[in-house]
Amino acid sequence: MNTLTAYIHLTPVDYAILIIYFIFVLGIGFALKRFMKGSKDFFLSGQSIPAWVTGLAFLSANLGAQEVIGMGASGAKYGIMTCHFYWLGAIPAMVFLAIFMMPFYYGSKARSVPEYLKLRFDEKTRAFNAFSFAVMTIFSSGISLHALARLLETLVQWNYWTCIFVSALIVLVYIFLGGLTSAIYNEVLQFFMIVLGFTPLVFLALKDIGGWSALKEKLIPVAVNQGYAAGTWTHTWIHLGSPIENPMGVGPLGLVMGLGFVLSFGYWCTDFLVIQRAMAADSMSSARRTPLIAAFPKMLFPALVILPGMIAMAMQQQSRGTFLPTINGMTDYNMVIPVLLAKYLPTGLLGLGLTALMASFMSGMAGNVTAFNAVWTYDIYQSYIAPNKSDQHYLWMGRWATVFGILVSIGAAFLASKFDNIMDMLQLVFGFVNAPLFATFLLGMFWKRTTGHGAFFGLISGTGAAALFHGLALSVGDLPGIKGGWLHPCFLFRSEMGQNFWIAIVAWTVCFGLTIFISLITKRAKSDEELVGLVYSLTPKPAVVNEPWHIRPSTLAIIVLICVLILNLIFV
Amino acid sequence: MNFDLRFPLGLMFAIFGLILIGVGIFSSPDIYHKSLDINVNLWWGLVLLIFGGVMLKLAMHKK
Repeated sequence: MNTLTAYIHLTPVDYAILIIYFIFVLGIGFALKRFMKGSKDFFLSGQSIPAWVTGLAFLSANLGAQEVIGMGASGAKYGIMTCHFYWLGAIPAMVFLAIFMMPFYYGSKARSVPEYLKLRFDEKTRAFNAFSFAVMTIFSSGISLHALARLLETLVQWNYWTCIFVSALIVLVYIFLGGLTSAIYNEVLQFFMIVLGFTPLVFLALKDIGGWSALKEKLIPVAVNQGYAAGTWTHTWIHLGSPIENPMGVGPLGLVMGLGFVLSFGYWCTDFLVIQRAMAADSMSSARRTPLIAAFPKMLFPALVILPGMIAMAMQQQSRGTFLPTINGMTDYNMVIPVLLAKYLPTGLLGLGLTALMASFMSGMAGNVTAFNAVWTYDIYQSYIAPNKSDQHYLWMGRWATVFGILVSIGAAFLASKFDNIMDMLQLVFGFVNAPLFATFLLGMFWKRTTGHGAFFGLISGTGAAALFHGLALSVGDLPGIKGGWLHPCFLFRSEMGQNFWIAIVAWTVCFGLTIFISLITKRAKSDEELVGLVYSLTPKPAVVNEPWHIRPSTLAIIVLICVLILNLIFV
Repeated sequence: MNFDLRFPLGLMFAIFGLILIGVGIFSSPDIYHKSLDINVNLWWGLVLLIFGGVMLKLAMHKK
């Protein structure tokens, strides 16, 4: 956008809502301070949180505002196909995590995901994962911070650096005081803020456009004008036959394997940011229910974040391209949600909506900071810098790691505000590191023959393969360079999304194959006894505890899968 | 841990509900042109108040 007028004018009532929210956020931190007696309280909430709380926090930690803003944008650009990021790219992996993997994370003595790798494989595999995760998570936190400040600067014309410091300070205070518990409780608060803040927005926008069937009608010209079949914006599967049939530019194999398997399982089943929430649960059964409880709201979230994007696209069409603002001559789809907020919500509700948006940025940041704290303190500080200190010492370290993590986040936000390319570059490298991860965990948990050397060199090769393939792949319309093809563009993709999916598939396959191969030619360093609780075939099945059938993880898992199948069938 | 999250959660949304109901009652109808002439503050304030009330009730009931 190029005008300097604020989109949103806040009145004292809106400010009052914002301030009351922050009072509660900080109040929770202060109230929890007295429970933080040892490092386990600070990093793992003393494993005492009920499943409904960890479940909603599990969802919320992932639901940073980039998600809200980004999914709104994708809903406009691609239509209802964006739901694949939820129904295909999240739910199956969440179910798999709950049923098959959580017993090993929660049941082993590991306090973090990298620590699981140390117990299962060896020191070097843990070190690789711990260092890459620590760097990535702190940069993600910085990116959240930057995105929040930039958005508020545009929307309400608050000063960029004031936004950065005020939000960083609030997050710092509540985590410093109450550790992971504070972050988790505030994530639940944020979950309800998003749901209750955005529901009236979606209701009003949908009513204004004339309901779902009118929306479907109005999205037909959007598709046809871009050369796609009439129903492209309102069907999830029908137009996936080949990459040229849909605006995402992906085909069925790339989507199902790349998004539905490699990227989705790689994120939900190995990322400590979300798994830390489940590990804080008060029992094995609660830990396993955590992702399943999260799955129900997760599958309905498209109605809150993708649907507004679709509505905005219909309005963009009706207004002949003037509804959404432009940036450098291109439509700025990231403004979908903010523009709708400003259009429909009167003062009062507007404060609630804006607070919800801020809340989601801050909890995204807090999630990253708490995951960083634990990995830094347990997997780096305690392992390599200062082993054998008292538990109080590690609690102290965790508190100061919060301060350090937030300062680095501010630094990262500064970098992001000065050099767009650095952030693109970093996110690219993070993608390379993450893509092969699930192969390592899958083999480690389900094949006892997998060795430490196999895991480590498999991971490194998978990461290398991702980088190499990126050098050979380019999407139509991009120039060779940071977008790919810097070696020689010999694989052409219809879209960057398709390119990313295939990079992930290549990385995963290389890691999977090489880990098996190297494991077979190297000697096992861990005996069967050492792997009890870490590998599927060597671990006794979790005993069926005395709980009613309807809250058992397996029952919930089946219900989740049936619901998601029904959603796919309705919007096929 | 003796800390029921439903208490602050319920309290906060009950307060938000009361604020929105207040705005809904005292504001001029002009501000609702953008929300399709629906007094969304009043209606949504009621929803938030009920939600907050239920959470508070559950939190106290347990004790």
